[in-house]
Amino acid sequence: MLDELEKLHAEAQQGLHAAATSDDLSTWFRHYLAGKGQITLLTRQVGQLSPEERPVFGQQINVIKKELQTAYESRAEELKMAELEAVMAADTLDVTLPGRQPARGRLHITTQTLRQIYRIFGDMGFQVYRSPDVETDAYNFEMLNFPPHHPAREMQDSFYTNTPDVILRTHTSAGQIRAMHEYYPEPIRVILPGMCYRNEQITARSEIQFYQVEGLAVGHNITFADLKGTLTEFAKRLFGAKRQTRFRASYFPFTEPSAEMDVSCFLCDGKGCQVCKQTGWLEILGCGMVHPVVLRNGGYNPEKYTGFAFGMGPERIAMLKYGINDIRQFWGNDLRFLQQF
Amino acid sequence: MLVPLSWLKEYVNIDQSPAEVADLLTNAGLEVKTIAYIGIPGADLVWDREKIILGQILQVEQHPDADKLVLATVAYGGEQPEVVVTGAPNLFPFVGQGDIRGRDLFSPLALEGATLYDGHKEGRKKTVLKGKPLRGIFNRCMLCSEKELGISEEHEGIILMVKDENSPVYQPGTPVQDLLGDAVLEIDVIPNIARCASMVGVAREYAALTNQPIQYPSYEVVMEGPGSGQERVTISTDEPELNPRFVAIVIEGVEQKPSPHWLQHRLRLAGQRPINVVVDVSNYVMLEMGQPNHTFDYDYLRQRADQYAPNGPIHIHTRLPRKGETLTTLDGTERSLLPYTILVTDAVGNLGLGGIMGGENSEIKPETKNVLLEAAAWNFINIRKSSTRLGLFTEASFRFSRGVHPSQALLGAKRGAELLRRLAGGRVVPGIIDYYPNPPQPVTVKLDLDYARRLSGLDLTGREMADLLQRLAFKADLHTDHLLVTVPDYRLDIEGGHDLVEEICRLYRYEEIPLTVLADTLPPQRGNHKLELEEQIKDALVQMGLQEVITYRLSSAGHEARLLPNSPPDDRPYVALTNPISPERSVMRHSLLASVLEVAAANSRYQSRIPLFEIGPIYLADEDAVLPTELARLALVLTGERVVRTWQQNQPELYDFFDLKGVLDGLWADLGLTVTVEPAVHPSFRRGRTARLLLGETQIGLMGELHPLVVEKLDLRVEKNQPVLAADIDLEAIYHRVPPARPYTSIPAYPAVREDLALVVRQDVAAAAVEQEIRKAGGYLLRQVELFDLFIGGNLPPGHRSLAYHLTYQANDKTLTDKDARKIRQRIIAQLERNLGAKLRE
Ligand SMILES: [Zn+2]
Repeated sequence: MLDELEKLHAEAQQGLHAAATSDDLSTWFRHYLAGKGQITLLTRQVGQLSPEERPVFGQQINVIKKELQTAYESRAEELKMAELEAVMAADTLDVTLPGRQPARGRLHITTQTLRQIYRIFGDMGFQVYRSPDVETDAYNFEMLNFPPHHPAREMQDSFYTNTPDVILRTHTSAGQIRAMHEYYPEPIRVILPGMCYRNEQITARSEIQFYQVEGLAVGHNITFADLKGTLTEFAKRLFGAKRQTRFRASYFPFTEPSAEMDVSCFLCDGKGCQVCKQTGWLEILGCGMVHPVVLRNGGYNPEKYTGFAFGMGPERIAMLKYGINDIRQFWGNDLRFLQQF
Repeated sequence: MLVPLSWLKEYVNIDQSPAEVADLLTNAGLEVKTIAYIGIPGADLVWDREKIILGQILQVEQHPDADKLVLATVAYGGEQPEVVVTGAPNLFPFVGQGDIRGRDLFSPLALEGATLYDGHKEGRKKTVLKGKPLRGIFNRCMLCSEKELGISEEHEGIILMVKDENSPVYQPGTPVQDLLGDAVLEIDVIPNIARCASMVGVAREYAALTNQPIQYPSYEVVMEGPGSGQERVTISTDEPELNPRFVAIVIEGVEQKPSPHWLQHRLRLAGQRPINVVVDVSNYVMLEMGQPNHTFDYDYLRQRADQYAPNGPIHIHTRLPRKGETLTTLDGTERSLLPYTILVTDAVGNLGLGGIMGGENSEIKPETKNVLLEAAAWNFINIRKSSTRLGLFTEASFRFSRGVHPSQALLGAKRGAELLRRLAGGRVVPGIIDYYPNPPQPVTVKLDLDYARRLSGLDLTGREMADLLQRLAFKADLHTDHLLVTVPDYRLDIEGGHDLVEEICRLYRYEEIPLTVLADTLPPQRGNHKLELEEQIKDALVQMGLQEVITYRLSSAGHEARLLPNSPPDDRPYVALTNPISPERSVMRHSLLASVLEVAAANSRYQSRIPLFEIGPIYLADEDAVLPTELARLALVLTGERVVRTWQQNQPELYDFFDLKGVLDGLWADLGLTVTVEPAVHPSFRRGRTARLLLGETQIGLMGELHPLVVEKLDLRVEKNQPVLAADIDLEAIYHRVPPARPYTSIPAYPAVREDLALVVRQDVAAAAVEQEIRKAGGYLLRQVELFDLFIGGNLPPGHRSLAYHLTYQANDKTLTDKDARKIRQRIIAQLERNLGAKLRE
């Protein structure tokens, strides 16, 4: 019987080697190792041996069984791998084909810019205050220290409505007095975003409507140095920490002293390029200390309170940032434009 | 305003480069927009200092072999004078006059090798001067025209400069750069720097900024000879408020000839065309010191006076127009007059628009010898109103409408008279006529030192502040806690301490003021609920694949009416513009959806997929209030392909009603709102595909498929039968209904039982009613009701449809058995049958 075992062993080893598919392998397993397999059957014949022979045979057959089992498992693994490889090799993709993009939406570029502005000023304690688009001449001009026929009114061409002394606001500064009336006597830190309107021809450089973000801070000890510090901080956060600011004297009827803030050109790093007209500076916002007449119109005693105000155009900021050269794109809302941001 | 640096240097010392000057002025509020360089480094053509020099013309002879050429002998500092062949017509008068050294005639001379612009070619082409024979005479130099030097387009003759007691000093051999080279600054004169609308004005500013003295032009006038101006002319006004001062001077015997070169050159650089010495002097004085002035034909005025005062003086009177009065201005236009436009008149009639433009009748004519020079002061608001309403903008009205102090009138008149005497050979008749009934008091302003420190953030002493102000010619007296400041009369912009603080900051220089962080009390932080909610809605819609748009808030009633075909127009009053730029943008909109659809239509030319939304206001005029009501709306538009087209799916399905409904359901879920819909009818939408959105009992909007006529009228380029879905939602109805937070639902610990239920109901029973009934009958153990099939036809009875649902039962405290589930199911079926006539589908 030992001979028979040896013969079976050799035969099984050969058979295992020859098994080329998982099917062959299961046939082999059934033939040798399964419950009714040759090796199992031989084990059961151990009773026919003499008591002396039994341990030797038993030990031998266990060794062979274990060895065949191990060989079977590794062969099975080999075949599985080979078959998987074959399946994968037969089914490959051209990975250079275009992907399938989910349909996605975007915020309008002006909303994105406004949010950046809200966040930066929000961190400095400025909250958003909104006021109407259709305004009285009083809020838009007179209370902001633009007397009737004042030359400064000519800087802003208004749209007039069918109600006398009611216009479309030409700047969000119109909301300053409203904010003051609402918050007096508290200190104030607000930004006032909103649509403004000017009676101009629609061209690549001018629009009849545009967003503006006004800022207003009123308190007991607010200085021109605070204005410079706050707006420089804003410019560095919006345009990058390396940016520098330049404040030059300017004129707005509702601020005194007044200034224009330029930011060093982020396109050429201040060296001079087409966008900054070779000056190295980009005009970003107008600002100044709130005029005493305006404080008084808002209910704040200018002998006790001081404040600063500023105003900027988010479209202009976006145009500079992205090199957009036609302001009409903003309200044209061509999806081919909007989807780039 | 164009400011040649050479002209400024007449009044103040300038060591800085043009770019540095521009920078300094810009930072101080006189924004320099451009710098134009002429002949000096920075210019396209830099005049060689060795080869383009001043020559003196010693003699002019006819060219022996050419009628149209002359030979000019020119001294230029070299050992021998050069003989230059030229065809310049303005040298011809000197031919044959022998030695003309005594006439002190100079011209720029270019030597061989100099680079110039080619005078015979269009535009500006550079060329290098080479010696060559001209009709047999070798020529190696050239006398230059303005075009050849790049000063102007003038190429009719060479530049001729005469040296006399009024001109600069000319020396043969001087580099032309030093005489005619220049940098011209273009300065933006914003309203508060009207005082700088002149050379002296800019020089004064520059002198203060660089802490130097200013050299004013001389305001002395030599008056001699017989007669008295005051006896010849008298002045009065009806309107001292509108015309506070009127100064006049009589000048006799002026010769109307071309101005000297230096004056013409300055005018040209400053953007004015030279005419003749009388006109040029008038313009020169205005540009120099800012006082506009006017010259009348004196003899014409005298003739008219003979009609009303044969033996008396000419009487000039300023007044408002009479009814129906017209005036023909210098430009030949007859103008009807505004009731508030002030006129210069005499007893015969009017002579000019005060401060804006003179009349045609009294203007200087070629034969005029005697002139009356006027310099007056006018009310700036009145001039602004008149000039705007008449559409007449002149150099004079530019300045007067921004404010010129009456003190300047006398100075301007004197300066003008003296220049006419010196340059036009006139005699200034003694006796200046100066009508100035109420000279204003000097303005003094008290500046509290603490206030100045608090406003500026600068820790300056009173002495330091006074020193800065004195540089700008303010007189500042220092007291313990304040300065008493006397304002120079030309500073019409100074009203209070705050204005002085700006002057202190400007002279201290804005760039030197430190940067500080706000240290003042932080106001209460309240947030902005409406904005935050709008931002939340935008985020939700963007996440669901919609693109935000921002549209024009100006629209037209006609455009909005397109949304209401075959129905009465919107009769709510609009906020309408009285000066719209176009009919399409003439009212503040009533419908946000109409605006978004306008954008959808524009995009429909290029896009196969259009998912848009906007949040924005509409404007409803209110008869009881001055201002309209501005109400926030949300509009959505979906049309075209539901997904992005790919190579695998190049004809995606189209958006339909349920896409829009799904987006809205997603939005309500995000906001924590329970919004229900019910069928509705509206002229904008397709019948049977329109729904009202209800939040509780409140209608918050409409949604549906647009009516085909609306799609057509809006010019939406869509495929036949392509639905255009739209919703118009009232955010005002939502703002205060959104819960601050929604309770969380725990994830169940016990398994669910799922089963399907297919029902047959009449077609007019709404799906929502079926679902509601199932939920009511199912009770708290029924967790989910999910419609998975809708079927019409087959063997169903006519007028019926089948709705099939996945139902999920689940308990929080135990595992439900099939028996539990069966009980609920029976209850549902019974109740549906009873209330809706539903049957189980076999
Ligand atoms: Zn740049």
